[in-house]
Amino acid sequence: MQLGKTIMRAGFALALGAAVALPGSAMAAAESSDPIKLTLHDWTGQLITTQLMGEVLKKAGYSVEYVQADYLAQFAGLESGDLHVAMEIWETTGRDAMDAATATGKVENLGPTGMKAKEEWWFPEYMKEKCPGLPNWEALKDEKCAEAFSTAETAPKGRYLGGPVTWGGYDDERVEALGLPFEVIHAGTDAALFAELESAYQRKAPILLWIYAPHWAPAKYKGEWIEFPEYTKECYTDPAWGGNPDALYDCGKPFGEIWKVSWAGLKDKWPGAYKAIKAFTVDNDEMGAMISAVDLDGKTVEAVVGEWMGANEARWSDWIK
Amino acid sequence: MADTHNSAVPVQPSPRVNGVAAWALVLCVFALLWLAGSSVADWAFDYPKAFMIPAKRWIGDGMKWLLNEASFGLFTFLDLTRFIAAVIDIPYRTALSLLSTGFLQGQGSSAIQIVPPLPWIAVIGIVSLIGYHAGGRKLAVLVGACFTFLAVFGQWHSAMVTLASIIVAVPMGVMFGLLLGIMAFRWPAFERAIIPVLDLMQTIPVFAYLVPILFLFGFGPTAAVVATLIYALPPMTRVTILSLRKVPSEIVDLGNMIGCNRRQMTWRVMVPSAKDSLMVGVNQVIMLSLNMVIIASMIGAGGLGFDVLSALRRLNIGAGLEAGLAIVALAIALDRLSQAYANRAAQPHHGEQVKTGFIYRHPYTLAAIVLVLLTMTAGVFLSGVQDYPPDAVVSTGPFWSDLVSWINVNFYDTLEGLKNALLLNAMIPFKRFLLGLPWLGVIGLIAFAGYSLGGLRLAATVGTLAFLIAATGQWEKAMITTYLCGSAVVLASLIGIPIAILVAERDRMWRVVQVIIDTLQTLPSFVYLMPAVMLFRVGDFTAMIAVVAYAVAPAIRYTVLGLQNVDPRLIEAGKTMGCTPWQLLTRIRLKLAMPEIMLGLNQTIMFALSMLVITALVGTRDLGQEVYIALTKADTGRGLVAGLAVAFIGIIADRLISAGARRTRQSLGLA
Repeated sequence: MQLGKTIMRAGFALALGAAVALPGSAMAAAESSDPIKLTLHDWTGQLITTQLMGEVLKKAGYSVEYVQADYLAQFAGLESGDLHVAMEIWETTGRDAMDAATATGKVENLGPTGMKAKEEWWFPEYMKEKCPGLPNWEALKDEKCAEAFSTAETAPKGRYLGGPVTWGGYDDERVEALGLPFEVIHAGTDAALFAELESAYQRKAPILLWIYAPHWAPAKYKGEWIEFPEYTKECYTDPAWGGNPDALYDCGKPFGEIWKVSWAGLKDKWPGAYKAIKAFTVDNDEMGAMISAVDLDGKTVEAVVGEWMGANEARWSDWIK
Repeated sequence: MADTHNSAVPVQPSPRVNGVAAWALVLCVFALLWLAGSSVADWAFDYPKAFMIPAKRWIGDGMKWLLNEASFGLFTFLDLTRFIAAVIDIPYRTALSLLSTGFLQGQGSSAIQIVPPLPWIAVIGIVSLIGYHAGGRKLAVLVGACFTFLAVFGQWHSAMVTLASIIVAVPMGVMFGLLLGIMAFRWPAFERAIIPVLDLMQTIPVFAYLVPILFLFGFGPTAAVVATLIYALPPMTRVTILSLRKVPSEIVDLGNMIGCNRRQMTWRVMVPSAKDSLMVGVNQVIMLSLNMVIIASMIGAGGLGFDVLSALRRLNIGAGLEAGLAIVALAIALDRLSQAYANRAAQPHHGEQVKTGFIYRHPYTLAAIVLVLLTMTAGVFLSGVQDYPPDAVVSTGPFWSDLVSWINVNFYDTLEGLKNALLLNAMIPFKRFLLGLPWLGVIGLIAFAGYSLGGLRLAATVGTLAFLIAATGQWEKAMITTYLCGSAVVLASLIGIPIAILVAERDRMWRVVQVIIDTLQTLPSFVYLMPAVMLFRVGDFTAMIAVVAYAVAPAIRYTVLGLQNVDPRLIEAGKTMGCTPWQLLTRIRLKLAMPEIMLGLNQTIMFALSMLVITALVGTRDLGQEVYIALTKADTGRGLVAGLAVAFIGIIADRLISAGARRTRQSLGLA
């Protein structure tokens, strides 16, 4: 609680420029002194990534401003140049919006962050008792197992809680292709998804749902990913591939990149910052540890970002050379 | 609203018999089409694709043209909207600097604060002074307490950001609303043109026009202010038209006699004498602006709305609730202040002493200035005066999270049973029934209802609107929308009307209920949506609960209003004739309150529709979801078409119910 507010307030203080004038290095001196606007969304990992980048840019002498914006609505701002940088666009959830934006020529993809988005069906550990074959996906084919996951509305079929329709993910097709006796229910938002998980976990009740990482949920709740036949490109393009010769999507979900995206004018206005953002990378383990430090250990985002900056000086100073 | 069809109202008994016969006939035809039609006329069930109106494409193309090509010669349309945004930005920056950031030099992280913002003690002092000025000591304490709540619960910074955008949006909404209202009052043609626009502004879900607004006005607080204006302005215009019409003709005559010209007539005579009821409009603008806080935060306004979203994303129910209650506290403070000023305006000013000297003429201003100077000076030395000391922040967050989890663990099965019973026996059959109906038949029925309630013109209006929903390919989603809203409205009425009957004559209980429904109306629905998901899972039932919680308020409010307005002499007469209390209620009070109850029903439907987009967030498959998907894909055409379909459903319901209410009133001899 206290933590949440601190994050908010800190975000604020930073966003609205709580005034720490930094000695400008040579790199930024020749460029525009307007603030570079980075967008903040509402999940911890993104707050960390963005503030890491922001701190690095500040070290290079840029003026930085954080703006709270909706994950998808922000593209309107990136196209018009009202916003400049978005640090986490997930292949898995933001691809359509990103492609639409880059197609206009006003938004540029600055490459991967180095983090990989994992998304898959997930179940809490206590469900292994009722459905012993897990995490192998073939256990789900068993009717008894499916029934263990059912509710009044779906019985005798099992209930799988998928992501919001806007996330895509081909779960309806997957259920069909693999012949699983399950019904796909779409959660409307990310928050609803985890609200159901929290509720079921408190009661040790059956639940099978879409989870993604890096996220605090796999760290907080004990459970496992379902092991589907491993994703390959052919699985999504060639029906003949995989266990079902007549259908696509008879496999698990792909790992996706998490992309950095910017307003196309960034390159000309702040060439140094452009280079630094392109160079930025962190990996899943690093990020997972930082997210847990914030969401589970109760540290503030600033503290975690500060620690990282202290420990990785060689890395980030390389980005802004 | 079309009010030109009172000629069609039957008064003699014979048309009524005819009416019943006609209804029976129409229903028979409808049933025949429904049961036998699918084999003969498949197209009556699924609207033929070849005749679809490509409205999505038209709107999308229109938007592109507006963004890229529209030009007035010297400057483009985009330049114009960006200029407007820049103008709005000036007062917003000022307010924000004053309340939250302080005055800065430079931008972003290299900015330097020159003057700090107003200390929290000063802000509380100033609002209390305003409260004292408007309504005396009691109000001063209430308003001061609301703002102290913000500080004590650690919501101060966010609340000040929200307040900054509210105090920019509200005066603008009032000003434009008033001007449009005056214009409509003066020129009937303008009124006819603007009323449908106002209807659309209130019923199209905000998400539907969010994307074009972002493109036109830029991403940030100013776009949020514009979106707030669109949503919050219509009631002001409506109230202005109404209250200018109600100005007694004697006053207008007086104005004419003393030789007022048109401008003087408007600003010196009409507006001041309508001030009382105009304040009702101001109050509505404030409330609706606060309703927009969540959506505004999604497009860069920050503030309390962002806190609510972010807390719930982390499933921190307690933190979300506290931020939500902070919005309620702001709403209550602003609402009571505006109401107090309305009452003050209504009382005649008399015996104002004529005093000279600045101190005597401006005691409040002076006190405020002294307070600001004192606290700012003190703030330099004592940090607790400038910012509320963080150690003194109180939080009840864990308590609420624990409460929800306790309910979840202990009562889930009971709740689940209840939910399943309702879902399997009532809601799902109703949904299947609606989805199985032929669109042609439904449009026919709607048009016939329009005809029998209000004549040909009404029939044409509602029939056309319903047809447009089908012709743009939204029929199925519109039916799911109808099912969801319909179930919610029935439930809200079943809960709301009995409560209203219970409290209408009990003053103390009514006051308590008022606080509750005020809270339900201003507390962002997101706050109770997530606990609802935990207890009832994702799905229609959860969505319906959220809609009912929001839409029950007007059902209660208007029923109480109707019951309280029943002429006491009629009740006395009933008593002397020996009516039992039950007879009194059903034969006299409810009957006479019927027009208000129907108006309440109308508002309940409007409120339910306006919640649709929120329910999309828990996974419904209706028009709200369509609007939401369009938002995520930045597809202006798709969003607006779905948004218009929602608006059409609202307008159809509104027109039919209003016509029905008018007829009831006439048959009761009230109009």
